[in-house]
Amino acid sequence: MFKRFKNKQTATVQKHDRGILVFENTTEVIRAEKVLKDEGWDIQVKGPPPEIRSGCDLVIEFPLIEELSIIRKLSRVNVKPLQTVPVNSILLEPVDLLHEKTYGKFIMVRAANMKITVDKDTQLIVNVSGGGCPDVPYLAEQMVDKYLHDTPHPRDIGYTLCAYALQIAYDRVVKLCSA
Amino acid sequence: MLGIVGTVPEDNFPIISGTALLDDKHIVINNKRICVNRGTPAMIAAATKTLQYMNKPNPYCFLVGDIGNGEGCKSLYKHLTATLDKTQLKTLALHYFQPDVNLFKEFLAVINSISDRPTLIADAGFMYVAKMGGDASYFDLFTPDAGELAYLADEKAPHPFYTRGFILHEENQVPELIKRAYTHNNAAKHLLVKGVIDYVADRNGIIGTVNSPQEVALEAIGGTGDTLTGIVSALIETGRNIKTSSLEAAKINRLAGYLAKPDPATQIYDIISHIPQALEEVFKNQV
Repeated sequence: MFKRFKNKQTATVQKHDRGILVFENTTEVIRAEKVLKDEGWDIQVKGPPPEIRSGCDLVIEFPLIEELSIIRKLSRVNVKPLQTVPVNSILLEPVDLLHEKTYGKFIMVRAANMKITVDKDTQLIVNVSGGGCPDVPYLAEQMVDKYLHDTPHPRDIGYTLCAYALQIAYDRVVKLCSA
Repeated sequence: MLGIVGTVPEDNFPIISGTALLDDKHIVINNKRICVNRGTPAMIAAATKTLQYMNKPNPYCFLVGDIGNGEGCKSLYKHLTATLDKTQLKTLALHYFQPDVNLFKEFLAVINSISDRPTLIADAGFMYVAKMGGDASYFDLFTPDAGELAYLADEKAPHPFYTRGFILHEENQVPELIKRAYTHNNAAKHLLVKGVIDYVADRNGIIGTVNSPQEVALEAIGGTGDTLTGIVSALIETGRNIKTSSLEAAKINRLAGYLAKPDPATQIYDIISHIPQALEEVFKNQV
């Protein structure tokens, strides 16, 4: 079963009042996203435009008018973007479909290429699979055989888009198991 | 000889290269013991089991520790770029790795300079970066799952994380996704697509499918795709053609999974340990 976890894509409309913050790696993006969302800023994580894409990348789209205050806030928590540029092309939207499957007492949730499987009765994470970046086996090692409530979060120990996808799957499985 | 490039999920694990040995649930390379749980170590273990059954030399591996920050991978890219042309590999399987288009292209240029270039197989991060960089068709075999196939089929997605929803929805139409991936030159010369039904395809269409035995729990188990890539790489190394090897590997991997009597909590070594029996069954039935 597929579930959409965010509003339908709106990327087809070019937004000239938006800018993007480019960071050194995905970990920095995840940290900046948390800080800015906690403060209530209207920001979204997106795929970078082709001219600055190098591999496993994310950027943060933000209202250009608020650039100064956003940069100030990030510098206070020691997160520094490599560059800030206006949006002049359509940015890629992260995948927005989740897939859920039940195997008896186990439930598996897939977000993009990442899967997490949990024993619904005990809330023990029994498997993490998928992905292709090197933090996937590391995340699996850190999370498997731990309970949902005491496992490290992919956003805290991962680095890549695969970790970001796993965080989305983790958030969903937590919600499903606590329903 | 079969060469394998990949990562170990440890920080501060140095670059190592050498022949892999199997010791219970570990692979051993240059006296370094690495636990076989998932990822490249699982792939190496599956390849080694297969090569041993076929009386061929164990794989020669290039590994580095990387927990996702890409530092280890950068070092190994440089090491490979400097040394790979001095190796004599008949088959080269590229696995979990940090996608970095620029470093990857330098590495690919070295492979291209080898007069008798090895058969090239890619899965995981190397498959992602090959597609990202527009180099997919240079490879001989990719081994995606259905989600990764959707990524290959989406000509605009630079990573599976950006696969567009209307393409992801076509999960049950693998043949259409295969066609789309080839239309945009985002597939290797051959595809082995793992899933409820395993598909083997090339640019001309579906070559064959494998759908038994069925063990639904395998989808949830980390490492089952890694073992498939390991088995098919080893079979290709023995000189069998890619199409035959892919169909055989799909059967062997499914059968090893079935023999392990898995549930979603099963760990990959339990399946790897059944590979020799699965090889025996598949090849016995072919006689």
